[in-house]
Amino acid sequence: MARVGVIGIGHGQFGRRTDATVQELAFEAYREALRDAGITPDAIDASVIGSVPEYHKQRSLAGVVQEYLALNPKATWLTEVACASGSAAVRTAWMAIRSGLHDVVAVIGCQKMTELTTAEILALMGRVGEVQWESVFGTTFPGYYAMFARRHMHEFGTTREHLSLVAVKNHYYGARNDKALFRKEITVEKASASDPVASPFLVYDCCANADGAACLILASEERAKATSDRVVWLDGIGCASSSMSVLRRPDLTSLPSAVLASRQAYRMAGITAGDVKVAEVHDCFTIAEIMAYEDLGFCEKGQGGPFIAERQSYIGGATPVNVDGGLKAKGHPIGATGVSMAYEIVRQLRGECGERQVPGADVGLTHNVGGIGQYCFVNVYRRD
Amino acid sequence: MFQWFGKVSYCPHTKVSEFADHLKGGRIMASRCAECGFMSFPPRADCPKCLGGEFEFRELCGRGTVVTYTRIDAAPAGFEDVAPYTVGVVDLEETGRLLAWFGPSIPEDRIRIGMPIQVVPRLFEELEEIKVYYSLEQPGTVWGKEPETRPAGGAERGK
Repeated sequence: MARVGVIGIGHGQFGRRTDATVQELAFEAYREALRDAGITPDAIDASVIGSVPEYHKQRSLAGVVQEYLALNPKATWLTEVACASGSAAVRTAWMAIRSGLHDVVAVIGCQKMTELTTAEILALMGRVGEVQWESVFGTTFPGYYAMFARRHMHEFGTTREHLSLVAVKNHYYGARNDKALFRKEITVEKASASDPVASPFLVYDCCANADGAACLILASEERAKATSDRVVWLDGIGCASSSMSVLRRPDLTSLPSAVLASRQAYRMAGITAGDVKVAEVHDCFTIAEIMAYEDLGFCEKGQGGPFIAERQSYIGGATPVNVDGGLKAKGHPIGATGVSMAYEIVRQLRGECGERQVPGADVGLTHNVGGIGQYCFVNVYRRD
Repeated sequence: MFQWFGKVSYCPHTKVSEFADHLKGGRIMASRCAECGFMSFPPRADCPKCLGGEFEFRELCGRGTVVTYTRIDAAPAGFEDVAPYTVGVVDLEETGRLLAWFGPSIPEDRIRIGMPIQVVPRLFEELEEIKVYYSLEQPGTVWGKEPETRPAGGAERGK
């Protein structure tokens, strides 16, 4: 079966970007990706925009991005599945290419969040919980993951220190990533003494709202081989859903959508969890990374705490995870995040990550979660 | 009148709207599919098992056990005035799960996963509007009937 390859990647600066509109952010990543691919805009057949519309004043975002990228009259559409919107864009681009409809597709994840106040963002995000029976009690996005954490601690003995150790690792690598929002290391003591958000979470358990964009250029096997000699192949894609309501989830220590999506992606790529040399996982909160270790099969269920305590997710450990700083240190412009994950994995597989390079990385994975696991997209990338 | 339900109503129109009328009368209701008998809490009009669209309300005893909880310090828009508050997820004895604030009968330091609770209907008056909700209380706590001046889940809890 014909493959789909990544021929170009681009990534803008993540942060509180009071200097730019969302389409200007998108352009930064798009320009870098085209230059990286060594192609001109006329080679692009279509664009897919991954973004969550309600954070923007501009309605129907694909239109304004497409115009600013000077891609009219090429086809464009928006994908939205909360914080996994960027990976949904990757998935639909893959589908468009595999169907034979398009040969070269630009995938652009972009988001401008900081025009809203933190309380407004908390209210919007909390409503990614179920609004009829849950949001009426003032639930928040950190609050849901905090309830997962409390249950994980109860069932498996996961500790407050385990949570802090995830933040310490991701800040350690974020300090070495020039595209990250937070570029300083922290200690367990500092993480464990920050202000309360939703117990047991403190400020350092939570990723930060941010603005930013990332871009991938995907191409059919034939076009990829003709264009590039360093193609990274998207060989396995998985996607699954779980209930909107936390009340319809029997197990609050796992995201069933992540387990299913990863097994689909492994099967399609013909690999097992043990073959993954480097992974980007959705650490919107510290517990989310611990749950991801388990859901993806990097460790046994319940062993996510010891996995970070034993530094198994550092470079040199069993499966290096989020060695670009993750959402925690890079910041989380929600539509851009899934594409940013893919950007890092492609660079790792090309061997371009300098002091953060995972030696021998030939298979990489992205795990991008929407909401509290209502959606999960897992993709497997490989270099030949 | 489902717009009565909750401090902030996001969802005024629903086929299970009478849930809020029952709650105002002190009753917590689940749905039961008229065709196959499937019970659900939260109630739903359409049966996920047999796809039937006829249902009836069945009153629940309100007893349950705590599955997990969190104290929310950073509150969303519309809830800043009651923060901090503690929400819990509860396994109901008869069917389903429910999410609500812990009420005044359970101080925060006594909350434990697995503890038994009683879900109690509550009324409060805000800007001359009656709001209905329910809170998680010590077993044996009974419905108070009289409207309160503020929701019991909030910062005044336990004073």
